[in-house]
Amino acid sequence: MNLSSSYLIQLWIPLGLYLLIMLYIGFYSNRVVSTVSKRNFLGEYFLGNRNFGGYVLAMTLVATYVSASSFLGGPGTAYSQGLGWVLLAMTQLPTAYITLGILGKRFAIVSRKVNAVTIIDVIRERYDNNPLVVWIASMGAIIFLIVAVVGQFVGGAKLFQTITGLPYIWGLILFGSIVLIYTTVGGFRAVVLTDAVQGTIMVFGTVVILIATIMAGGGISNIMHTLKTINPDLLTPYGVDNFIAVPWISSYWVLVCIGILGLPQNAIRAMAYKDSKSMHRAIIIGTVVSGVLMLGLHLTGVMARAIVTEIPQGLTTDNVMPLLAMRLFPAWFAGIFLAAPLAAIMSTVDSQLILISSTIVKDLYLNYINPKVNDDQRKLTSTSMIITALLGLIAILASIKPPSLIIWINLYAFGGLEATFFWMLILGLYWKRANAAGAIASMITGIVSFIVISRVWPRPFGTHPIVLTLILGLIAFLIATYATKPPKEETIEKFWGV
Amino acid sequence: MEKKTFKEDPRYRQTNKETLSMVILLIANIIWWYVFAYGLGSRPPEEYTYIMGFPAWFFWSCIVSFVLFSILVWIVVSVVFKDIPLDSFEDEKKGGKGK
Repeated sequence: MNLSSSYLIQLWIPLGLYLLIMLYIGFYSNRVVSTVSKRNFLGEYFLGNRNFGGYVLAMTLVATYVSASSFLGGPGTAYSQGLGWVLLAMTQLPTAYITLGILGKRFAIVSRKVNAVTIIDVIRERYDNNPLVVWIASMGAIIFLIVAVVGQFVGGAKLFQTITGLPYIWGLILFGSIVLIYTTVGGFRAVVLTDAVQGTIMVFGTVVILIATIMAGGGISNIMHTLKTINPDLLTPYGVDNFIAVPWISSYWVLVCIGILGLPQNAIRAMAYKDSKSMHRAIIIGTVVSGVLMLGLHLTGVMARAIVTEIPQGLTTDNVMPLLAMRLFPAWFAGIFLAAPLAAIMSTVDSQLILISSTIVKDLYLNYINPKVNDDQRKLTSTSMIITALLGLIAILASIKPPSLIIWINLYAFGGLEATFFWMLILGLYWKRANAAGAIASMITGIVSFIVISRVWPRPFGTHPIVLTLILGLIAFLIATYATKPPKEETIEKFWGV
Repeated sequence: MEKKTFKEDPRYRQTNKETLSMVILLIANIIWWYVFAYGLGSRPPEEYTYIMGFPAWFFWSCIVSFVLFSILVWIVVSVVFKDIPLDSFEDEKKGGKGK
């Protein structure tokens, strides 16, 4: 887009301020890390000492799963498909209450019993220290998450390019290095605290742009009338030309709602809070916040059709929200609003980065490769920070020109993580008989069938492949579990006993 | 084979109750979403009725459901969820992290 330089300067002031605040939080958290780390470095760096209250917990949970797609791609599709796409987005309303309500307390209790810092710590203890379970789960998490990080980096750099005119590579370096610095120096605490700020920016930005859009369109009735003249299909739950079929939209309850329980970057948050009260508060705040974001953003995307009547050449519907913000607001305010999708991307990437780092350092390196480091807090500190930084650098380098393998795996990252972790976590927590053989069978069946089904039978019975994948994963889990011995008595007692 | 018995963590009865309440809420949420969206939205758009400017199906299934289920979550959490300690009992015995 061609923007005047005075416009750009005004746009950059709030953006720059926002980026500086993120860095400040990183260095502030680093001070906490260095004071605590003499006693319990891993617990602080990878889990923030389980010390977060209700508001922060709610915000980090929502901000982690609200990514580029909820701010750019999602509203963009709503722009072309109409209200039906908002209906689809609303399947994400229960995310906070089911993640915290179903995993939350049980996970918090169990992880304290076995002194777990990572999700895989819990899994390892629950499945009798079976190394195969740990390796498959860890590799699944590492591969799918790294690819997801690259995907978000590419999205962030492109957004930077669109809104500031900065060349892609510079946007990537600036944007990527800020996430990388605060995550590396501040660890999980910096990730969660920046998430809280980013979540707040997202909510504020969403409410303001929704109201501004309704006003600019002359009220809701007016906008709906305009949409009806453009294409009456925009007002139906079916999308344009029946694009959103009922079995397809219904399977989103599995993909983006129930399946979320299997995303390790979300599940880890169920271990990180201070006490029951914080969790109760987070369930309520998290539900309201996810509702505001999902409803607000997608509805804005739909109504934008009446205001941004044409997408300029060279841009796609992904740019609807930035275009709308620039149309509706003065430059300095557009800068604040555009910080919101950046915040959405950053709050997703940072959580993924710290989780990959914890998997490599805590779950693989310290368990199997070099357990001796455990006693040396200083060496632990440097190893963890170096690995986090290296991972980020690799992801930034890979985002310069993403290799086709990464683009290919990225298609499967979200569902792949769910296929890996969903049954292993749920059944491990709630079913005493669940054993290692079942976990291995369900992970392998899940990952393989998700990729195969997506390729050869993209809409089994009209649904998203994740539905059939999870059914097959459950069957594999049950068969393998009943065909083999129950887990060790000690394990059951450790998890279920007093 | 004789089964070794152990005392089950009493907090789990409470967490099971909480989990069940969330599952019921989720099912109610899905039904509400589905019934209003397709019950009111299946007719041709010319016959739609409007509430506060929105097509009625959208108003009930997306806007009301958001408000209603936020309130229900608040009620269920206040009624069903209990403020229980999360630390393991051993820690408390040692005088460790317990309150």
